[in-house]
Amino acid sequence: MADKLKFAFYWNASCGGCEVAVLDINEKILDVAAIADILLWPVAVDFKKHHIEVLPDKHIDVSFMNGGIRTSEQKEMAELLRRKSKTIVAFGACAYLGGIPSLANFHNREAIFQRAYIETPSTDNPGGVFPQVKTHVPEGEVELPLFFNHVYRLDQVIPVDYFLPGCPPTPAMVAAAVTAIADGNLPPAGTVFGGPSTVCDSCKRVKQEKKVKGFHRIHEIIPDPERCMLEQGIVCAGSATRDGCGTRCLNANMPCRGCFGPADGVADQGAKLLSTLSTVVDSNDLREIEKMIDQIVDPAGYLYRFGTASSLLKHKLASEEKSAHPATGRSQLEVAK
Amino acid sequence: MSFEPKIIGFLCNWCAYTAADLAGISRLKYPDNIRIIRVMCTGRIEPSFVLKAFASGADGVLVAGCHPGGCHYQEGNYKAYKRTLLLKKLLPQFGIASERFRLEFIASSEGEKFARVVGEMVGQLKILGPLQTAAVRIAELDGLFGEAEGGTGGGR
Repeated sequence: MADKLKFAFYWNASCGGCEVAVLDINEKILDVAAIADILLWPVAVDFKKHHIEVLPDKHIDVSFMNGGIRTSEQKEMAELLRRKSKTIVAFGACAYLGGIPSLANFHNREAIFQRAYIETPSTDNPGGVFPQVKTHVPEGEVELPLFFNHVYRLDQVIPVDYFLPGCPPTPAMVAAAVTAIADGNLPPAGTVFGGPSTVCDSCKRVKQEKKVKGFHRIHEIIPDPERCMLEQGIVCAGSATRDGCGTRCLNANMPCRGCFGPADGVADQGAKLLSTLSTVVDSNDLREIEKMIDQIVDPAGYLYRFGTASSLLKHKLASEEKSAHPATGRSQLEVAK
Repeated sequence: MSFEPKIIGFLCNWCAYTAADLAGISRLKYPDNIRIIRVMCTGRIEPSFVLKAFASGADGVLVAGCHPGGCHYQEGNYKAYKRTLLLKKLLPQFGIASERFRLEFIASSEGEKFARVVGEMVGQLKILGPLQTAAVRIAELDGLFGEAEGGTGGGR
C-alpha cells in the first residue's frame, strides 16, 4: 500500500469536538481509511510521539491539527508535525482563530491559576500548590509542559497551509477537504475552506430594516424563526462572519455566534460586529442610545467569542488600567449636553 | 525626558477638522501630541481603525465630529456616537482605560474647544502613562511571537 496517502490528526488546546467532527462524516470515514493510512490520531489510534519522531521529514502528506496553542507541549507537537508533514491543515475555529480557549487571553496565567487552583468552590488546596514546570521528587525530577500566558492560533506558531473554519467544521467541509486532498486538487496555500461572503448572505431569513429599540439575550425571548435575528434585537454575528456553514445555527433558530471567523479582507471580526450592533440602534437621542448600548453585556465575549487570538488587540493588558471615572461614556454625554 | 503621549485624531471634514484649522488660524496654543487624520464623516470611522491605532502604538484616540443635529450627512455623528459607547465598554475588557478613547462634538466655529479637548486629553494620558502595544505585551508574555506574527494567511 505504498501509494496510500498518509494522514495525521492531532489536538492542541481544544474541546475534542473537532475529533468528533471527523467522525461526523459518517460512512465516508471508510473512504478516508481506504485512501489514507493514519499515522497519528491520539483519540482513536495507538501511535505515539516517538513513532512520528523516527519518520523522515515530510513523510506525512497531511496533518490535520485542531486547537490553539496554550502549552509548550502543544508547540513542540505542532513543530514536530510541521517538520514531518507536507501539508498542515488548521482544523476548526481554535486552530484557525484561537477559538473559545483564546477567550482566556482576557486573563493572564497568574489569574487563571489563581482561579483554577485556589478560588473555585470545589478546590481544596490549603498548601496553595500550583503546577510547576519542574518538580523534585525522591525518584528524581518530573516535568510538566509550560502553560503559556497567551493562547495562540496555530499559524502564529508554525506555518499553516490551509484553514478549515468552524466550531466544529461541518461534515460537508471535512469531506470536501479530504476529497480535494485525495484528488490532488488543492486550492492555493493559505486558502480558508468556506464561503467568500458572510453568513447574512446565505441566511434565508426575511430581512427588512435593521433598526432595533433594544437588545435581548437569547434566553430572554423565543425568536421568530422566519425573521432576521438582528432585527429582533438578538445579537447575531452573521453580518461579520464568513459563510459556508450552511447557516446551521440559524436553521435551528439560534443566532450566529461567529465561529467561521471574519470574511475575506476583514482585519478584526469583533470590530465589524461592534460596528453592526451599535448602528442598528434606532434612536438619535443620546440618552436613549446609551440605555440601549448598555443592554449589550460583555461585548468582548460576543465580539471575540472565537477569535480573541486573532483580534487586533490580542490580549488584555498585563496590569489593568484604572479609569479616573467609570467606563460608561457618561462624562461624554455631559460634555455634549 | 517626560512622557509625550501620541494621540491619533480622526476629525470630520466639515466640523472638527475645520475647528482644528480655525485653532491654527487663531494662533491658539495646544500640545502637538495629536496626529490628525481627516475623514469625510465620523460615521465613516470603523471601530477597527480605533483598535488598530491602539494596537500600533497610539496612547490615545480622539474622534471628533459635528454636534448632534449638525452632521453634514444627517446622522453620521450619531453612528459614531453609538459605536463609541460600545467601544468604550470593550476597551476596559482589554484592560485599556476608557479615557484613552474620546468622542467629542466640535463645531467648525469651536477652534477654542478643539484646543481645550486636545490639552485635556494630553493631561489625562500623561497621568495614565504609555500604553503598551499588543506586540510589546505579547512578546513580554511568552517571547513566542515575532517570527510568526501575523500568521501565514487565512484572509487576515
